[in-house]
Amino acid sequence: MSQAAAAVASTPVVDIPTLEVVDLCVELADGDHEDIVDGVSFRVEAGEVLGLVGESGSGKTTVGLAILGHTRRGARFRSGAVRILGQNILELRPRHRQALRGSLVSYVPQDPASALNPSMRIGAQLEETLSEHGFGSREAQQARIAEALGEVLLPSDGGFLRRYPHQLSGGQQQRVGLAMAFANRPRVIVLDEPTTGLDVTTQAHVLATIRDLCGAHGVAAVYVSHDLAVVATLATRVAVLYGGRLAEVGPTSALFRRAAHPYTRRLVEAIPELTGHHALVGIPGTAPRPGHRPSGCLFSPRCTFVVDACRAAEPALEEVASGHVARCFRSAEVMQISGAARPGAAPPPEIDVAAALVGVRSLTASYGQREVVHDVHLAVRPRECLALVGESGSGKTTLARCIGGLHTAYVGDVTFRGKPLPAGSRARDSEARREIQYVFQSPYNSLNPRKTVGQIIAQPLQQFFAAGGADARRRTGEALDRVQLSRTCIDRYPHQLSGGERQRVAIARALVADPQLLVCDEVTSALDVSVQAAIVDVLAELQRELDIGLLFVTHNLALIRTIAQEVAVMSEGRIVEHGTVGAVLDAPKADYTKKLLADTPSLEHAFAAVE
Amino acid sequence: MPMHGITGFVVRRLLLGLVTLFFASVIIFAATQALPGDAARSFLGRSATPESLAELRRQLGLDKPVTTQYWDWISGVFTGDLGQSLANSLPVTEVIGERLVYSLFLMMLAAVISVPLGIAIGAISARRRDGVFDQVTSIVTLGLAALPEFVVGIGLAVLFSTTVFTFLPSVIVTEPGARPWDYPKELILPVATLVIAVVPYTARIMRASTVEILESDFVEMARLKGLSERRVLWRHAVPNALAPTFQVTAINLAYLAGGIVVVEAVFNYPGIGLLLVDAVRGRDVPVVQALALLIAGLYVVLNLLADLATIFVSPRLRTSLS
Amino acid sequence: MSVVASTDAPAVEVEDAKAPWRLLVGAAWAQHRTKIGVGITLLLVLIAVIGPFVSRYPPDQGVEGQFPFAPPSSDAWIGTDALGRDTLSRFLSGGYTVLILSGLATALGVSGGVVIGLLAAYSRGRLDDLLMRTMDVVLSFPQIVFALVLAATVGPSLWLLVLAVAVTTLPRAARVSRGAAVEVVERDFVRAAEAIGVPRRKILFSEVLPNITSPLVVETTLRLTFNIAVVAGLSFLGFGLQPPAADWGLMINENKNGLIIQPWPVVLPVIAIGLLTIGTSLIGDGLARAAIGIERGRRSSG
Repeated sequence: MSQAAAAVASTPVVDIPTLEVVDLCVELADGDHEDIVDGVSFRVEAGEVLGLVGESGSGKTTVGLAILGHTRRGARFRSGAVRILGQNILELRPRHRQALRGSLVSYVPQDPASALNPSMRIGAQLEETLSEHGFGSREAQQARIAEALGEVLLPSDGGFLRRYPHQLSGGQQQRVGLAMAFANRPRVIVLDEPTTGLDVTTQAHVLATIRDLCGAHGVAAVYVSHDLAVVATLATRVAVLYGGRLAEVGPTSALFRRAAHPYTRRLVEAIPELTGHHALVGIPGTAPRPGHRPSGCLFSPRCTFVVDACRAAEPALEEVASGHVARCFRSAEVMQISGAARPGAAPPPEIDVAAALVGVRSLTASYGQREVVHDVHLAVRPRECLALVGESGSGKTTLARCIGGLHTAYVGDVTFRGKPLPAGSRARDSEARREIQYVFQSPYNSLNPRKTVGQIIAQPLQQFFAAGGADARRRTGEALDRVQLSRTCIDRYPHQLSGGERQRVAIARALVADPQLLVCDEVTSALDVSVQAAIVDVLAELQRELDIGLLFVTHNLALIRTIAQEVAVMSEGRIVEHGTVGAVLDAPKADYTKKLLADTPSLEHAFAAVE
Repeated sequence: MPMHGITGFVVRRLLLGLVTLFFASVIIFAATQALPGDAARSFLGRSATPESLAELRRQLGLDKPVTTQYWDWISGVFTGDLGQSLANSLPVTEVIGERLVYSLFLMMLAAVISVPLGIAIGAISARRRDGVFDQVTSIVTLGLAALPEFVVGIGLAVLFSTTVFTFLPSVIVTEPGARPWDYPKELILPVATLVIAVVPYTARIMRASTVEILESDFVEMARLKGLSERRVLWRHAVPNALAPTFQVTAINLAYLAGGIVVVEAVFNYPGIGLLLVDAVRGRDVPVVQALALLIAGLYVVLNLLADLATIFVSPRLRTSLS
Repeated sequence: MSVVASTDAPAVEVEDAKAPWRLLVGAAWAQHRTKIGVGITLLLVLIAVIGPFVSRYPPDQGVEGQFPFAPPSSDAWIGTDALGRDTLSRFLSGGYTVLILSGLATALGVSGGVVIGLLAAYSRGRLDDLLMRTMDVVLSFPQIVFALVLAATVGPSLWLLVLAVAVTTLPRAARVSRGAAVEVVERDFVRAAEAIGVPRRKILFSEVLPNITSPLVVETTLRLTFNIAVVAGLSFLGFGLQPPAADWGLMINENKNGLIIQPWPVVLPVIAIGLLTIGTSLIGDGLARAAIGIERGRRSSG
């Protein structure tokens, strides 16, 4: 460790928290210097993991970087302190701060693929972390590297060390990031959503590794995430961030069972359940960005507990229980209600056990030379929702695309309402194209940014019904009503809408064609946990009201309760289990399904973890 | 011939270059001999007698079918026989010979100055972003990059040799047999023109590429690992900026190859650019064909080198091939 | 490889429902450089277009009693040129050809290039390869050399000039169009249009093309800037308008031997051409920064 770091690290640890953030305020460097985060304070002890939870744009990444004394370009520190072992690193000169980074306090980035230097070998990147901070001889460095890699279950032979980042899988890259962060045995670690993009099995594993390493080395960790369920399995305490300010801080169990802030409560309610006895409830509206914050309490526009006092003044953080603070005028009432029952789930629709809407027989699909779907049999019945569940690489998306007409490299039979369905939408007739509609995963990608919402939704109207003008506008309005979007959206462009709103537009576009089958391809994966609840809600209701069949593709088993009646679990291109949702989730037969259930972050696991 | 791995890639790329050049030669040939407007007639002019026309036609081989003509020409290229200049009946290779060397000399001189200068200005501007140096060079390069080369050339001549100052010669006056490098003062303005024509553009590209890299996630991560700024720059930023550097250099050189035509005309420099202009004016088709092929070949080679260099500098591309 | 780094341009607030087109122009106009560029360009265009109507003498007529390269006088305000003609009149009449030729060539070249680029990006596979290799062949010539080669047989002719410059503009525009379109073509909204059966042509022009207008507009101004230089250069070399016509490029050539005596017949057109290219270049740079700023604004609010 460098001199500065050693000086800080050797101060007596009595009564000084390992990490203490005091009244942190980070503002924009340009323009009106609006604050990105304000008044953020918390402490983390050695061996403790603090979860820092918030939606996109809440400022959580900013806080995470601030712990390293770093701001992104365009932001700067306004006031506050970040004390590591008592020393305020914001007061240090840049060179001393730089000496502490990587040695006393480390960072694990969100996207390991772009955070690793593409032209430098893994071994070299690990080495420089050590050598830059004056670790010791080359042999000592090699030994520590081997140790660090071993802790994350990666090989440390020469062949592996000579690889370049792009030659590793996503999970391996993430684990290299972890190894690099722990290599110097730091006292504080900031992890910025390090499991985004990993499938549930790898994610579960990475989380376990983090937990073990933090405990073993007595590290104070801050885990930044939007996913409360993931955080629950790892963190002893949670700080909830909204609009750049702390909404609530407290022990994880308290936040789950007796949340004192309405926002936290809604976050908990948005977590999907495996048992599915309760309805999934989303939070309407969007979080405010810097410069667009409402007066009074920031959450008031979206809050169900709101009273006039909330709009007049912003509440202060007050203690509601030992070690538990919240920023709400009505926290006492909120805590009472949190523990109470949630609304029950709506009953599933009646299933018409007639001929299948879509039948798939012996379908084998490939990408170039590689077979990704092997000999699959499937059926979606009218008015039914079939969930197709699997991890990335299982072939579920490919299968859905074959049915939707977006993938043609397959052999096998696909029938629609009894008649054979040609491969690829170009080969199908207009009726077939109209009756099967596809909703894509990313709402940021599936809407033409140069067209208004109205024009986007009018496209299928023009194509299938040659409808234009007033007629089109009317039908567009009706479709928007169905997805619970305000009709004022018609003249807006996609970039003016949030992710959740855009996805609703995509669903409306599919609906307007009056389809019989809706294929939804991971339609919630690109959205925050709190938003996905709302989308699933919308889809479930549509399916009930409109009698359409639904093929719901997802990697998240916990989501399907609210919406599906049947489920098919896929792994490596084959269907490993198939049955009603109740049967498969409550009494899984296949080993793979059991493992998947165990690894999926859900409310039950969260509650179990906080017990 | 191994068709896999890096060797295979190099071979394939070379073949592609050859094919491109082949089609370029077809275009050159078509443009000069297959267009309406008989080469013989345009050379001899309107007052040509039918006999002289027929004679010239036979000499140029215009009475043969087009494909045979093309084959004659292109096979001649391989054997070093590019035909005879119509203007003075000398072999084209002789006519071009020395002048090619002079042009290459000029280009090399300009390249030696402009390549490092462009890269350095770009990198420094990126490193000291928004500082005084960066802001000033930004405006200056923007203005200079827009100007046509002959505007720069004439402008320099006006400034330094005729009107404002008069210490630099503006025209190369060479006796037959004299070499340009014996007259260093005369070289200053043409080289300066070429450098000013090329550097601003390449400096701006270099700056933009370097800034992109300095802003990238992995450079930020390197800083978050606590690496010193110097290490961040030299071990993380620069190696990844090499690929654009090579491309910029290739663009630089290719631009020079085109620029010499006009610059030589402005300063009366005895190179192949001026030769081309004279040959076109005089309808000296064989010379025009040879020069066009030469310049096209130069372009193709430069692009080839840039592509190969980019691959070698980029581990990701390298490993995806092997 | 862009000339503007992504963080050079301030992120543009993309809140309002402005049509993307107006957003781009508005963001470009907000910058000083664009305003200056438009000002300069307009000034020169005005001179070139109105010039012939306000010049004192017909451009190819000698001035009474004046000898070649005469200094400014009351008869000839900026003096005379190599043949004793009024410099000012020739200058005023000499601009519009450059404008028309380069404008026409750019318009033709870019339109053709866009079509080819879109087709290549959408078809991928063999057609893409074929088209782009063909473009590479044309790209292996510097623009001026290509025009010169054409002029070698046919002789100097204006339509040939336009053709040559347009043909050499085409592959450059095609490359940029294809590069921008390739990213758009992969996006899900194009898949969505395909899935409902929208015909290929309609997809290209109503889904893909509107999403590449920003880089296209920037590329068009860049091409225009270069083409003005090429056209003026060809005129300078004697392959554009022929004497005794008045043309800026030609004027520079005709009068350069008299630089020491009377610089104005050379300096005026040189400054004019230089300012024109600087003006269009400033506009192009302003547009490029605006486009990048909008992209950043979109990404940060998305």
